[in-house]
Amino acid sequence: MNFFNLSFRYKIPLWGSMLILLSTLAVSATLIIDAFNELRDDLVIDAQTLGIALEPALSAAMSRDDVWSVYTSIAAALSRTGEAERAKFSSAVVADTASRVYVAAPPTVAPMLTELRNVNSDYASIAERLQSDTTESGFAITPANSDRQYFVLPITDHEVRYGTLILSLNRQSVLPRFSEIALRGLLVGTVILCILLPFNWYWGRRMAEPLVELIERMRNVGKQLPETLDPAVYSHRDELGSLFKTYNKMLTDLKAREELERQVVQSDRLAALGQLAAGVAHEINNPLGGMLMAIDTLKSHTVIDSRTAKTIALIERGLGQIKETVGALLVEAKTKSRNLTTSDIEDVLVLILPQAHGKRLKIDWHNQIAGAVALPATLVRQVLINLLLNAVRAANTDGVVACHLAQTGNKFSVSIANDGRLLTAEEMTHLFEPFSPLSEDGHGLGLWVCYQIVHQLGGSITAQCKDQRMCFDVELPTAEPAP
Amino acid sequence: MTILFCLVASLAAAEETGRPIRFGLTPVIVADQAKLLEAWRSYLQKRLGRPVTFVVRENYSDTMELIKHDLLDFAWVSDYPYVTLEQTHRARLLVTPIHRNSATYHALLIVPVADQVTTSIFDLEGKIFAYADANSFTGYLVPRSELQTGGKNPAKFFRKTFFTHGHQRVVEAVAIGLANGGMVDGFIWESLARLRPSLTEKTRIVAQSGEYGFPPIVARQSMSPTEAAAMRKVLIDMADDREGAALLADLNIDGFVDGDRHLYDGVLEMMKVMGEL
Repeated sequence: MNFFNLSFRYKIPLWGSMLILLSTLAVSATLIIDAFNELRDDLVIDAQTLGIALEPALSAAMSRDDVWSVYTSIAAALSRTGEAERAKFSSAVVADTASRVYVAAPPTVAPMLTELRNVNSDYASIAERLQSDTTESGFAITPANSDRQYFVLPITDHEVRYGTLILSLNRQSVLPRFSEIALRGLLVGTVILCILLPFNWYWGRRMAEPLVELIERMRNVGKQLPETLDPAVYSHRDELGSLFKTYNKMLTDLKAREELERQVVQSDRLAALGQLAAGVAHEINNPLGGMLMAIDTLKSHTVIDSRTAKTIALIERGLGQIKETVGALLVEAKTKSRNLTTSDIEDVLVLILPQAHGKRLKIDWHNQIAGAVALPATLVRQVLINLLLNAVRAANTDGVVACHLAQTGNKFSVSIANDGRLLTAEEMTHLFEPFSPLSEDGHGLGLWVCYQIVHQLGGSITAQCKDQRMCFDVELPTAEPAP
Repeated sequence: MTILFCLVASLAAAEETGRPIRFGLTPVIVADQAKLLEAWRSYLQKRLGRPVTFVVRENYSDTMELIKHDLLDFAWVSDYPYVTLEQTHRARLLVTPIHRNSATYHALLIVPVADQVTTSIFDLEGKIFAYADANSFTGYLVPRSELQTGGKNPAKFFRKTFFTHGHQRVVEAVAIGLANGGMVDGFIWESLARLRPSLTEKTRIVAQSGEYGFPPIVARQSMSPTEAAAMRKVLIDMADDREGAALLADLNIDGFVDGDRHLYDGVLEMMKVMGEL
């Protein structure tokens, strides 16, 4: 599996972790190496300081050949360095100018008067170096194949060389100190990792998860409109935040377009239906009128036996029903009518009140119309009555029906809401079609008629759910603006 | 020199007026016993009824110089300095300590415990030998005299010799292997064996010398007889009271007796043989 194909959910934290790990290791290693070098330098300084401190006592003692004083000086120095934090010098040897052991502490390291080169291979290399080294400043030496480091310091007084002080350091003895430093370095590194790694992991996921969510939504765009992204998932205003915003805007636009398309399709369908209904109604109305007239003539000019009379009555009732239905389908808005007045509107309220009382409804009535409105009174009253009766029927018992009427400028608007069952999206699609299955009694032509009237008056009617209420809004253009 | 004269003058003037008694100590007793010395000093002070000052010097020659210049009233010295001082009429014998019911002591030849072959000082030829002090009897005169008597030249017998300025340090030098051998005051060695057995355990006694008078306490020649007698009485009476007896036990001696010059005849003899007088 290719690492680079991994999800950001894993890749970002992994990359981060790797970088943090590498940097911490690098920093820790540098610190440890620095500390080790410092420790090594400190040892040289320690040795030099010790040498300088001992020099007067050693040269004075050597000048009077006081072996015991030289011994006590170096023995005391050795035990003193033992108390120090750093590594301890394990032995000190004072050699005379002829490179023989003058005295050693502890004495077992090298018996007095032994030639330095005969002590052991380490001291042999020191003796060799001493012969070739003419500088008076001393040196540090680690003989080959030796686990010891030696600090060789001259013992002089007023330019008279009395001998050489050789301090020996077991390199193993530096290890505990070094491991202490290393351990401290590693500990600090671990603490840093403990802080940074979880933070990095959190941050990586924080970056990756919104992206992943976005991708999952985008994948579905072709099939259906996905949900909008919750801005709380990523609330910052960086590129990722912009991406979220852009995505949500795109989604809003898509939804608006879909809604528009749906509305166009619906109004096209309703327009076609209207034409069809009007055409059929006209075609039926003409022969219907003839048939009704013929029956009328038959009844008045002919003696009819009771059985025939019964049949004719049956036909007449049937034709009457057809006429009624066709008449309902055929909405004629062109009939001349007087202008709407506020009392027309109040009449409507009076008309529906008995039914509202039957269900103990509260009618929330807001009529802001004062005076006349340049709209045909009959038609608007019909629309109002239809919508209000629907609302009263749909409202819950002890519920509410709200009605707002207003005119602003050249626009007359009605809004009627009820607290009854909310309609489903599917029901809304076929809401304004004739013979609505939603109608519990009647032809199911109420809303169809309203739609036809409103459209013939050049207005619009919409149904929507608002604040958990089913709300019908009607807007009609008026010939004259509000007074 | 001027300072010295001033000191002498002031000391003489202060005599009999409660001036402090100056008591010199040399490494004839185990060093590093400050608490014991302070207790002994205050004991002497109490008994004498006048202040006492202990003057401790790291080596014999310093103490001898102080006595020579009358800067000490009394001193506990080794046999060799005592004989020298007496021969030069600088001091006289006051009392001799008694150790194990005897007013004598001996020298011990010691080697590191690892050395199991040496049986006498003559086996140490060409080795490194630690001397206590050039003015020490057991730590210098005795081994040299033994070599000389054995027909060896003490100056060339050893490959190297050095002074540690104290018997205790000779024991240390031998114990750590710095020296292949050394001769020490038997009394010191025994005291050390009691106080610091870890040190003496690292040494082995090879030989024991003859008996010589125990390092005595001397009084300067010019000391007034009454003052000397007072000190003599206090020292000799130490064993008779509880406090003094406890101090003597800590000093690892039984008490003090009147000094007998003949105890030190052997030392005088040896010094004559070695041409030291």
